[in-house]
This record gives sequence, C-alpha cells and structure tokens, in this order.
Amino acid sequence: MTEALHRQLGMTDDEYGAVVEILGRSPNEPELAMYSVMWSEHCSYKSSRAHLGRFGHDQPWVVFGPGENAGVVDLGDGWLAALRIESHNHPSFVEPHQGAATGVGGILRDIFTMGARPIALWDPLRFGPLADPQNRYLFQGVVGGIAGYGNAVGVPTLGGEVEFADRFSKNPLVNVMALGLMREEQLVTKAAAGEGNVAILLGASTGRDGIGGASILASASFEEGDEEKRPSVQVGDPFEEKKLIEACLDLYERGLVVAIQDLGAAGISCATSESAAAGGMGMDVDLDAVHVRELAMTPGEILMSESQERMLAIVEPGDVDEALRVAGKWEVQVSVIGTVTASDQLRVTHGGRVVADIPAASLSENAPLYRRPVARPAHQESLWGDRPSLPGEIDLASALLRLLDDPALGDRSWIYEQYDHMLFLNTIVGPGHNGSLLRIKGTEKGLAVSTDGDSLRCYLDPRRGAERIVYESALNVAVTGSRPYALVDNLNFGNPEKPAVMWQFLETVEGIATACEELDVPVVGGNVSFYNETDGVDIYPAPVVGMLGFCDPMPTEPPRLDRGLAGMAIWLIGPESGEDFAASAFSRIVLDHIGGRPQAPDTDTARAVISHASRLAFEVPVLHDVGAGGLAVALAEICMKSDVGASVDMDEWQPLFDETPHRFIAVAPDEVDLAIDDVPVRRLGTLGGGTMNFGARGDLDLGEAHHIWYHALRRRVS
Amino acid sequence: MHVAVVVFPGTNCEHDVDHALSLLGAEPELVWHRDVDLSGATGVVLPGGFAHGDYLRTGAIARFSPIMKEVERLAAEGAPVLGICNGFQMLCEAGLLPGATVANRDLSFICRHVDLEVTSTKSILTANATIGDILHIPLNSYEGNFVAPESEVAILESEGRVILRYHGENPNGSTNSIAGITNRGGNVAGLMPHPERASEDVLGSIDGRVLLESFVGSLEPVPA
Repeated sequence: MTEALHRQLGMTDDEYGAVVEILGRSPNEPELAMYSVMWSEHCSYKSSRAHLGRFGHDQPWVVFGPGENAGVVDLGDGWLAALRIESHNHPSFVEPHQGAATGVGGILRDIFTMGARPIALWDPLRFGPLADPQNRYLFQGVVGGIAGYGNAVGVPTLGGEVEFADRFSKNPLVNVMALGLMREEQLVTKAAAGEGNVAILLGASTGRDGIGGASILASASFEEGDEEKRPSVQVGDPFEEKKLIEACLDLYERGLVVAIQDLGAAGISCATSESAAAGGMGMDVDLDAVHVRELAMTPGEILMSESQERMLAIVEPGDVDEALRVAGKWEVQVSVIGTVTASDQLRVTHGGRVVADIPAASLSENAPLYRRPVARPAHQESLWGDRPSLPGEIDLASALLRLLDDPALGDRSWIYEQYDHMLFLNTIVGPGHNGSLLRIKGTEKGLAVSTDGDSLRCYLDPRRGAERIVYESALNVAVTGSRPYALVDNLNFGNPEKPAVMWQFLETVEGIATACEELDVPVVGGNVSFYNETDGVDIYPAPVVGMLGFCDPMPTEPPRLDRGLAGMAIWLIGPESGEDFAASAFSRIVLDHIGGRPQAPDTDTARAVISHASRLAFEVPVLHDVGAGGLAVALAEICMKSDVGASVDMDEWQPLFDETPHRFIAVAPDEVDLAIDDVPVRRLGTLGGGTMNFGARGDLDLGEAHHIWYHALRRRVS
Repeated sequence: MHVAVVVFPGTNCEHDVDHALSLLGAEPELVWHRDVDLSGATGVVLPGGFAHGDYLRTGAIARFSPIMKEVERLAAEGAPVLGICNGFQMLCEAGLLPGATVANRDLSFICRHVDLEVTSTKSILTANATIGDILHIPLNSYEGNFVAPESEVAILESEGRVILRYHGENPNGSTNSIAGITNRGGNVAGLMPHPERASEDVLGSIDGRVLLESFVGSLEPVPA
C-alpha cells in the first residue's frame, strides 16, 4: 500500500528506497509526504543542481549568492540590495488569477525573509497567441492577479516583458522578480541557531489549500483533464502579507529575530527542516500549537499545507513575549510551535504522539541528484540551415506598421497601467522605457533593473540566445547610467527526461555563465522550472534574466524615450549591420519564418558598448537599446514617445530590421560629441516633422504609426 | 505644526505622504489606527492604500477604526483633514464627505498621470491654486469612480464644492468628472489622485505641490 502511495506522490521506486535507507525503516505517511515534496524537481533541483555550480558569484560585492532565500549585494555606505526571481507557471495555467497572485506573494516573502523591505517587482510573461480565447483568458487572468496582489500588498510593479508564441498556448510562463533594500544591520538568514531557541509561526492560519503543490503541479507535465489539479493551487491574501511584511520588518528593527524562513512549497515541513539543517541543528515541532483554519486536519495536512502568507521565526526564549507583542500590534496571528534542539532530527508531534522523526538535513542534503542524458536535438542542424530568404525590396512603411501591430512590440501600457508602478516615490524611470531606474532616497545611489528573455532566439540557438539576453539586459541597465552589478535567472524548460531538453538547458547555462563572466557580473540566484510540457509538446527553451544595475551617483536627468526634440541628431552606436535576421521580429512577423542561426555575440564589442552607454547616460537625453524589431522599431518608439518625426537616410532597407546585437540609439543636440575610440558611431539622421521619413524609401505618418502601436495589444484583449 | 498621517493595516502610501509633506517643511507623524488621542495634531492626512484589505467595501471597515472618532472631532473643530485615494473613500464612508467611489468604468486598475482642472479654491487643498489651473498628477485606483445621488451632486456643484475635475478624458467614469471635493467648511477635502506622487521634478511632475502646500499652509492658524 505504501508502495503505491509514493508513486501517487510522484516518487520513483529508487527514491523511495533511498528514504528507507536513510531512516532505517519504512517512512510513515507524513514522512513520505515530506520527502516527496522536498525531493520534487521544484524543491530539490535534482535534474539541474549538478550543473548550476557553473555560475560564478565570487565578486567582492556579493554578500549572499545562491542558497539563501534571495541573493544579496553590497551597495556601499551600509546599504544592501536583495534580489530574486521565481516562476509560477503551472499554477497560473490551472488558475491564472490566483496562480499569478501567489507567485507575487511568494517572492516577496523571499525578499523580506532576508531583512529587506521589498521595493519593486517585475513580471516577465509568456503566453500563446491572443487570437485563442483560452490564451486571452489566461493572459488577462495573470495580469489581473499580479495587479490585484501587487497593488494591494503595497509593492510597485515596475515592468517586465511579454512574448506570445504557440508553444506557450497550454503552458504559459509566469515569472516574477523582486528587489528589496535594507541597511546592513537588518540582514537575517534562515539558519536556526542556539539550542533552546523558540520557533514561532507568524501569519495566516494553516488550512488545507495547496497541499502537494510542488510535487503535483510544479514537477510534472500537463495532460488533458488536469483541471482536477485546481485544488492544489493556493489562494493569496495580499492584506495578510502586507501586515506580515510590516510585522517582520518591525521585529528585525528591534533585533528580536535570530533567523527566519518563509513558508513556501511543503509549508511547515520545509521551513522547519531547512532552517534547522542550515544551522546544523534539529527542531522539535508541535503541530497541536499551529493556528489552523479548519478542524480535524491530519498531521500530514498541517505539515504539508501551502497556505500562503506565513513565516517561521527563530527567537531567543527571553524575547518571545516581546516578539508576540510586536506581531499583535500589526494584527498578525502567531503561535509558538517548536524548539531548536542539538539533535539534528526534525521531530514532529501531534496529539502527544510523534508523527515524524527524520534527520532534518536529509530532506535537502540527501535529495536525489540526476545527471540526465544530453543530446543535441536532431532538428537543430536543419533549423540552422533554414535561413530566412529576404526579399530584394520591401514596402518599408507597411513592414514597419506590421511590426508595430505585433502585441509584443506594440504599446504594453495596457499591462503596466494596471500595476501601481509609482509607490514609494522611487521610480525615476518606469515602465515603457528600457531598464527601470529607482533612486535610494537620502543618497545619490540608483538601482536599475531589466528583465529579458527571447525564447525564439534561444530555440534557434540556446547558447547564443542566452548570451545575448544577458548582454541585452546589461545594455538596458547601462542606458539608465548604471553598470551591470548582479544577475538572477529563471530557467524555463520542457521535460528534462528528454535529452534534447537537457541539451537546451546545458547550452543555456553555459551561455549565461560565459556572458556573466565577460561582464564580471555575479549570478546571485535563480530558479529552474522544468516539465513545461503539455500533451508531449515542450515549450521553447525560455531562460529569463533579471539584471540589477547600480549607479552612484545616479544621473540627475537619466535618459528617457520621451525626451527627444525636433532638431536633435540621431546616432547609432555599435556595430554595423551583420544581417542578423534569424529569430528577428521581421522574419517572424513579415516573413512568417522561424529558422536560421542567430549571430554569435561579440564580447569585446559588448563590453565597450555597454560601458559607453552608461557614460553617455549622464549627458544625453535619449538612449535606446536596439532590440526586437531592430533599428526601425527602436526609432519609431523614440518618435512616438517624444511625439516628433525623424528623417533617416538609409541606402538599404535591411539595416533597419536586422537584429545585430550590441547597438543602441542616442539622440542629442547637435553640439554633443558622442564619438569614442573603440565603438563605431554613425549619424543616422535628425528628429523633426510629423513623419518618419526614410528618404527615397518613403515615409510613415507618425499619427498612424502611433494609432497602430497603441492598439496592437489593446485591440486583441478587448 | 504637527500633521497626523494615519496608518491602518493595509495602508501603503504613508511613507510617501510623510516624505512629500516633510519636503514642504511640515512635521508629519505616523500614527496607528488604534491610537485614540490626536490632541497634539493640528491636521490629519488619511493616506492611500488598501486599509483593512479593502474588504467588504473600500473604507467601510476603516471607518470604524478607533482613531476615526478623533478624526471626526478634529474635522468638526475645523482642522484640516485630507483624504487621498483610499483616505478619500474613508471620508465618504465616515460621512465627512458625501458620495462614494465604485469600480472604474472599464473595470481595470488605472495607474497613470491624469490632468486635473482646479474648479474651486475654497478648500484646504486648493487655497493656493488658481481656478482653471491644469495639474498633471498620477491616479492609482480600481475604485476611483465617484458617484453620489443626483440631488447630492447638484448641491456639491451649486455650492462650489467640486474642487478638482478630470480635464479632457474622464479616466474612470466619475460623475461630472469629479476628482476631488470638499465639505461646507472647506476644511475636509478628499481626492482620488495622489499629489504626493507629483511633488518633485525627478518624479516627472511637481503639480501636486500646490495642493500639498495649500494643505500645509492651512495648518497654522487652524481655520475657525
């Protein structure tokens, strides 16, 4: 009977055997439930862990790399930033509103678990084409869930990015990145210390929601009829989380917390075991003390519940009363549920009976580790050979309008105007530009963030694609005046049991790691989401990076896309066109073609262009990364946002649409000299008039362009 | 000069209001909703956010928080009381201002700058402004659509108590494009947009300053 249960819980026979070996006996039901979740792909990274050591994080400004709840970097003068990225892909497919909402709630806890106040969120999203009503339902539900939770919990959402492709139709990707800020004396970790210290459960009551979410939802593929998994999705309450944030920050400020751990996947079992194991200690936990939402919950249910908005704090015995008083002031429920022991064992009691007694560290340290087979997909060579065939001549204006009408290239304000992106008065450059830029009040420091992904390019060449999104992200923070400072990555892939998917994964890890080394950027955290596969179809490999940039001082007038004025000169900075059309928006939209091999990045050029951009940001009103859609789309965005036309001389049409990496546009008064030795700089034209004028190649009325661009996403969702 | 900025569980704009008022030389102090003594305060701000999770109805639970008795006392004594966004909704629920706000016309949250026209200067919020001024200030709400019975709206209009109106496009469908109103005494004012978000050049607009300066200017002497 137990044999059948471990399989129901998603464990293999070998994994079950390993549990028996660790315990020297068969596990009981609650114990088995704990191992099944903690050893799931989602919690244990069993297919990816062997490869994640490739990422470097030795830079002197790194306070915490991977392993804590969030990465932490030093900003000088006693300031620290915490950053983290997570996915909530499968829950968002099952129930888009709550799936996305609880993804926001979860990542915020990872940030304030470190002692930091969460100050901003970003949401990289991927969906199937919006022509399909189910995709519209998912997209609107997810955006509504992010808005509903993020706005109410009181943390601004500053941006993100969005892609639409068939491969995401039954497997949308909902990633979320969070940034926190703290003074160094507020830093806390999860490692329980001090025999006799007390474990306090803070926050929402524990109910039957979300039991087995990590193993059932997040670590398996989807098939028809999976609506039945809906009860495994948790329900979020941003009000509860808001109170919890304030209570925890108050506890830290008063120095009342020895260690703290949030409750996520596998609830109490994960939080208690991780905290104890990290401190090399054990813990006795009394489930009868837990404040529960409903009567007659079994010990297994209390242990495994994924009820949201809960934290486990370790407090010295003499501080317990004061800690309870502080929690009470913020109207947060608390219960004293455990004691730190010197035994190494996690011992759980219920009704006076021991219901689980296992080595605390075994849940994490003994988790399975797989080196899965790797093979380049058979179709990769033929994909590379299938280059887009470019027409000799095109109607430039109509091609540009088709790009501007694409929902991923059109105006995204339909999304971000639903998010409070101004709270805290830190937003200096908000959504709709390149990277976001936040000030740190009372200092001259600034923090920039850009999230970037490009699943189509990564599908055509995962290594080059991954390198290029790192460089693009770095350029996006550079144009705010910041230097790339730390990176987190969210690696979204299909089924890792397929060698082709593992090849995509390993190529991606290599690409991100290499580019980060070249830029001297530490990878301070990340998340791997496997099994993004529905009915046997894997998603495009979709790594998403979140780059943190840092500047000190911050530019007093950082570049924005809407600061262009008639008469200003337009410059292209970076390499000349390399005819890079594979994975370009032009090929995808105008040629309806997916194939070819994206150009490899050029690391020397990348570094020079990025550092030039971060210097120019102090002198130039408009800087804009040339990304999807190429020069034409980048220029159109500047014209539309600045409400001024442009005259551009081009001998050929191709350089307007190719996507050669490491380039940006600068717009500046005539007298500003942009030249620099090691980077090509070329004058493209001048801002002015009411059209985008391409000389002999015709022109495009700016009002018409704006109308198409503004409605590209809106008209598809309403 | 001492302004009480009231913090309810779920309030989230208290630090922003504190920051903006401090820049104008005021001395704001954050006070918890369970406090029952505002005797040291010469004015009150109820800031934006989601007090008590906005459960039941925006402002409906906050209206019963212990501190509201003190807010009502100060309002009755003529002290300046300002409600921003969620705070405006509380003032309506508490009966200190007429009407209510309901979900936006398009049923989605709106966070963007809007243009406001100053339509009366007879309030603690608009005293330093000029009628006809157009102010560029962020709106940030889901339930920002002001409604009131026709008779109540007629009274507001005829008494010149509509102090701010959306200029150009009406973003949320509010009655007569109303964005802010005041009571008969002019000492209690509420608005949906966030003047504290438009109080520094680096934030893209300083048009909110004239409103906050009016409020700060009205603190001393306390209007009779």
